[in-house]
Amino acid sequence: MGVNDMEMKIEEKKAKLRVEMREQPPLVRARNFLEVPYGYSPEEAVEEAGRCLTCKNGPCRQGCPVEVDIPAFISLIKEKRFIDACYKVKERNALPAVCGRVCPQEVQCESRCLAGKKGMPVAIGNLEKFVADYEAANGDMKVPDMPKSTGRKVAVIGSGPGGLTCAVDLAKAGHQVTLFEALHKAGGVLSYGIPEFRLPKAIVEREVAYITKLGVEFVPNAVIGKLFTIDELMNGRGYDACFICIGAGLPMFLGIPGENLNGVCSANEYLTRANLMKAYLFPEYDTPIKVGKRVAVLGGGNVAMDSARVALRLGAEKVYRIYRRSLEEMPARKAEVHHAHEEGIEFTLLTNPTRFIDDGKGNVCAVECIKMELGEPDQSGRRRPVPIKGSEFQIEIDVAIPALGTRANPILTKTVPDLMVNRSGYIVAEEGTGMTSKPGVFAGGDIVTGSATVILAMGAGRRAANAVNEYLKWKHWEFK
Amino acid sequence: MYKILKKEDLSEQITLFDIEAGDIARKARAGNFFILRTHEQGERIPLTIADFDSGRGTITTVFQKVGKTTNHLGTFNEGDFLTDVIGPLGNHSHIENFGRVVCVGGGVGIAPVYPIARALKEAGNKVTSIIGARSKSILFWEEKMRGVSDDLIVTTDDGSYGTKALVTVPLEEIMMNEKVDLVVAIGPAIMMKFVCKTTEKYNVKTVVSLNSIMIDATGMCGGCRVEIGGETKYTCVDGPEFDGHQVDFDLLMKRLQAYIPEEHTARCGGKGNGGK
Ligand SMILES: Cc1cc2nc3c(=O)[nH]c(=O)nc-3n(C[C@H](O)[C@H](O)[C@H](O)COP(=O)(O)OP(=O)(O)OC[C@H]3O[C@@H](n4cnc5c(N)ncnc54)[C@H](O)[C@@H]3O)c2cc1C
Ligand SMILES: Cc1cc2nc3c(=O)[nH]c(=O)nc-3n(C[C@H](O)[C@H](O)[C@H](O)COP(=O)(O)OP(=O)(O)OC[C@H]3O[C@@H](n4cnc5c(N)ncnc54)[C@H](O)[C@@H]3O)c2cc1C
Ligand code: SF4
Ligand code: SF4
Ligand code: FES
Repeated sequence: MGVNDMEMKIEEKKAKLRVEMREQPPLVRARNFLEVPYGYSPEEAVEEAGRCLTCKNGPCRQGCPVEVDIPAFISLIKEKRFIDACYKVKERNALPAVCGRVCPQEVQCESRCLAGKKGMPVAIGNLEKFVADYEAANGDMKVPDMPKSTGRKVAVIGSGPGGLTCAVDLAKAGHQVTLFEALHKAGGVLSYGIPEFRLPKAIVEREVAYITKLGVEFVPNAVIGKLFTIDELMNGRGYDACFICIGAGLPMFLGIPGENLNGVCSANEYLTRANLMKAYLFPEYDTPIKVGKRVAVLGGGNVAMDSARVALRLGAEKVYRIYRRSLEEMPARKAEVHHAHEEGIEFTLLTNPTRFIDDGKGNVCAVECIKMELGEPDQSGRRRPVPIKGSEFQIEIDVAIPALGTRANPILTKTVPDLMVNRSGYIVAEEGTGMTSKPGVFAGGDIVTGSATVILAMGAGRRAANAVNEYLKWKHWEFK
Repeated sequence: MYKILKKEDLSEQITLFDIEAGDIARKARAGNFFILRTHEQGERIPLTIADFDSGRGTITTVFQKVGKTTNHLGTFNEGDFLTDVIGPLGNHSHIENFGRVVCVGGGVGIAPVYPIARALKEAGNKVTSIIGARSKSILFWEEKMRGVSDDLIVTTDDGSYGTKALVTVPLEEIMMNEKVDLVVAIGPAIMMKFVCKTTEKYNVKTVVSLNSIMIDATGMCGGCRVEIGGETKYTCVDGPEFDGHQVDFDLLMKRLQAYIPEEHTARCGGKGNGGK
């Protein structure tokens, strides 16, 4: 094909619009917990796949932290070999049904897509979701041929995306893997944090079923550091190596007056009640949640967004997103901001809460805020918000949800004196391997990097699995 | 796992279970608690490990039927299984030879005070225990407590047994007559509040065990926040025991009421929240 033909082909393909995924209308979905998009039909998937140029070096691949072979899996969709396409994705990414839904594709794979240079990038995430769902509905759970047991035992601690990925890879390498989880359910943030309407829990459960099929022993209700220490696992219980992937689950508060009033609860608490404990089905499920008529969510990130949209679905009449900068600086994904807008969530920008007001009975009845304006840029390059004197005002609310980020939870690390942590309590680990200061102990995911993304935690889990393999062969430890 | 090996009704409202949980039993110390779930739709509730037997691999819990989950728990029998048991959680009690110690247990709080009194006695302290209840019919473990105490005083609010008084009355008498080095008090928040008010006058260090509402009990949700000396702490990981003189009991009591309207809905079979 000559250069001109190539150009022609590109022009032709770009001209076609991206096949948008049909979704529930905003005012309907704002009152239920069903997934927002319906997903592609096979015809739609083939049509969207047709927009892919099958670029030779797949620049999209470089945008994906685990380098899914995107051109290859999309080509298989074009050939209507949907299940093969799914296996192709799974070669690099054990959780396609999850990543297709929650990856920030606009800054990862899709940001590098050549078709996107002039028009819209190929909807890689949507296609990934499609093949995974197709396989779930039509294929049987394919368990790969397992190698002979190596006789080695590895403990994976934390069953979030990082731990799940590491456990799968280690099991496939023939090791005996035990996955310890503090909660009663596997999945980490996928189970307790990300709401049902963005990631149906049945999908997470299916992935967990898959790891047990691979022979991974799943042990819920095991708070490592309390039930067993790392040393007890490695010495008394005969584990040859450990991978710590316990997330960054400690909620932050503002430290303003009234924060301990009833009705003020962290996003972690609110989302855990709603998702893990299924409080949205209360009283069929026993865990209650404050529904709230008027809810204020504090913070600008994705977690704040999820909390606001859960509050709306629980039946709140009014949900405010209070954020101290402007929409432009908001770290939440643009698509989700758009979704929230459509659903009727009110954005109260350039506003900072200063205190919560007591109704006299220990419940929050209002939040006092101060208006902000943007000043000079700070270290992050974003313009620093500064309060406008005398601009205080109150918003009447009955539920407030601070969603201000999370920190490292010391419950495990403080019981491992020879494990090096940094000043904020995150575990110090080598990036390429996850090796820590303690021989045989690897770490990765949010507990090393601070809150990041699902796919980055999975990447860390995979790299650690490779490093554990090497370590089990040579038992060599050199930590710089 | 988590099989109920023994059930004993200590009173109409209070029940004892021995639960099979070997790993927890091996690790448990006085002052620890655990979380349980009764069934798949159930909530996570915290209960104190009132005793543990690492040889048999069991933990003992004594609970009072106050709401939906504890009442449901009361319907379980020997041989039944609990869905989840998670522990040991929280910090264990600080045990050393303080000298002269008074242990106060009110209502169902007698159970969690028992292993602490025993450990303090074993550490060489002179232990006086005061156990109190509203009435004789809900008093339990009198003999067990006597076995781990140098002296035992029993009070009931209605005078149906022991001394007719609140637990603070004999406590104050002791402090008037001798120097006490430590008081440990576990019971309803209101009882712990008044014990602390009493001991404050005599400047006697007082340890209380708080019973905030919890979910994960690993420090992840912040739902169990309390204020200790004006600072926010998490009962599940920073406690459950705190210096009683620093605790904001009024806040604790308000926070314990947080879900009363919702629990009421649950009991009256009200409508659910939002969609499916
Ligand atoms: C509400 C919310 C929404 C998000 N949305 C997105 C999104 O759309 N896209 C995206 O890419 N990322 C998103 N993230 C971020 C992403 O979920 C995390 O970066 C990712 O889950 C980190 O994975 P992990 O494996 O490191 O840990 P986690 O997922 O945090 O899992 C850690 C697990 O370890 C367990 N654990 C903790 N301590 C112990 C212990 N002592 N013993 C045993 N087990 C323990 C925890 O209970 C938990 O199950 C979101 C995060 C939140 C909170
Ligand atoms: C560390 C700790 C140890 C505990 N140890 C014991 C124990 O050994 N024995 C025992 O009987 N109870 C103990 N509790 C209290 C027990 O957890 C509650 O009684 C239980 O959660 C109530 O659940 P429910 O669904 O039956 O009642 P709900 O219907 O939820 O509530 C009924 C009533 O109980 C109050 N309540 C709700 N949750 C709690 C709570 N966590 N603590 C106190 N009151 C609550 C409510 O305010 C309401 O008045 C402990 C609590 C903590 C935090
Ligand atoms: S895993 Fe995420 S980043 Fe990688 S291709 Fe899939 S959606 Fe894109
Ligand atoms: S860069 Fe875009 S067009 Fe090219 S192979 Fe990747 S997805 Fe297809
Ligand atoms: S119960 Fe969640 S932090 Fe204590």
